[in-house]
Amino acid sequence: MAGTAVRGRLTWRPVTAAQVFTETPRVRTIILDVRDWSGHLPGQHVDVRLTAADGYQAERAYSIASAPGEPLALSVERLDDGEVSAYLAGELRPGDQFEIRGPIGGYFVWRGEGPVLLVAGGSGVVPFRAMLRERLRSRLDVPVRMLYSSRNWDEVIYRSELAAPEPGVQVAQTLTRSQPAGWTGYARRVDAAMLADIAWPVSRDPLAFVCGPTPFVEKVAGALTGLGYPPRRVRTERFGGMGGG
Amino acid sequence: MPPGQYVTEDFPVLSAGPTPRANLTDWTFTIEGASSGPRRWTWEEFRALPAETLTADIHCVTRWSKLDTRWQGVSVDTLLDQVEFEAAYVLAFCDGGYTTNLPLEAVTGGKAWVAFGYEGAPLAPEHGGPARLLVPDLYLWKSAKWVRGLELRDTDTPGFWEMYGYHNYGDPWREQRYAGD
Repeated sequence: MAGTAVRGRLTWRPVTAAQVFTETPRVRTIILDVRDWSGHLPGQHVDVRLTAADGYQAERAYSIASAPGEPLALSVERLDDGEVSAYLAGELRPGDQFEIRGPIGGYFVWRGEGPVLLVAGGSGVVPFRAMLRERLRSRLDVPVRMLYSSRNWDEVIYRSELAAPEPGVQVAQTLTRSQPAGWTGYARRVDAAMLADIAWPVSRDPLAFVCGPTPFVEKVAGALTGLGYPPRRVRTERFGGMGGG
Repeated sequence: MPPGQYVTEDFPVLSAGPTPRANLTDWTFTIEGASSGPRRWTWEEFRALPAETLTADIHCVTRWSKLDTRWQGVSVDTLLDQVEFEAAYVLAFCDGGYTTNLPLEAVTGGKAWVAFGYEGAPLAPEHGGPARLLVPDLYLWKSAKWVRGLELRDTDTPGFWEMYGYHNYGDPWREQRYAGD
């Protein structure tokens, strides 16, 4: 329970979009140019603030997609009614500036414990990318199993990175709405039987992270508890489709 | 609207872990730290207390606000009337180990409830049922879900999110999101 991840006052700082990558039709990864970044832990997020020409401001929280020590990256999903995501995952171009503050959050973070189970629904995979890249960069040999649920193949974020996981990392995917020809992964919503296949046995004292839309997280966290995972070993991050943490 | 918030029609969920499923036959609500000794209510005893219906706007630190939400609950004043105490702070404690700290004056004088009903129905587990603290004047993490009691304290001590860098008081109108705000 120790760990004040936020120290002192969190001030807004200007950042510049250095590079922008299209991950899926709705998701873009933005590499930020930020001066004097204090560093972060995998799983933490930042607050983003946009200011319009007329002074109107809008703020939302986004998970950090990069490992500590890498250029800071955010992956943003464009939501139908999202005033901030529409810009970040739409109109934003390299060289554009906005403000962030952070890092924020001290509970949904990975400090290298394991074995680790990561269960992601949709853009809930973003903080797990930070964890997997940290595992690689710091040459950690913590065994990781990941289960990632997307609606269809086109919506799978970090497709190429996840296609060739590092030794010690197992990635299973499920596509819930449609599957490409020859698909060998799961083809249904995550359920208790799927988690029983993938999840580390409780006897290994695994640490589970679950991130996704609220109904997904409710179902997965409840199923893990049903498999015997102690609630304290299941850390969750929910989003309601509203861009909020 | 408090600064930096936006209105949602949804009722998003923010929790650190799995949703606890309480068994009402085992459920109790306890006030600890009173000079008159601990005071405990079973679910039946708690529900027999006079309840109030209130309408309030609620504000989550993740920036959504929900307007005109209707709740049913027992005023914290009603609970504290049944103990003798001197305290400056309370620490709410919950199923799952979650805690949050508040100054006594934030939960007395008609400002806080132990809520068990939402929009005319029993409070759903993912929103803190069977009962949660409800302190609409502060960011919603102070309205601890799955609340099981209040510890009366002379001194302040940070709760769960407060230890992880969220603001100690959490006034949305002063945008006290994080420590130092």
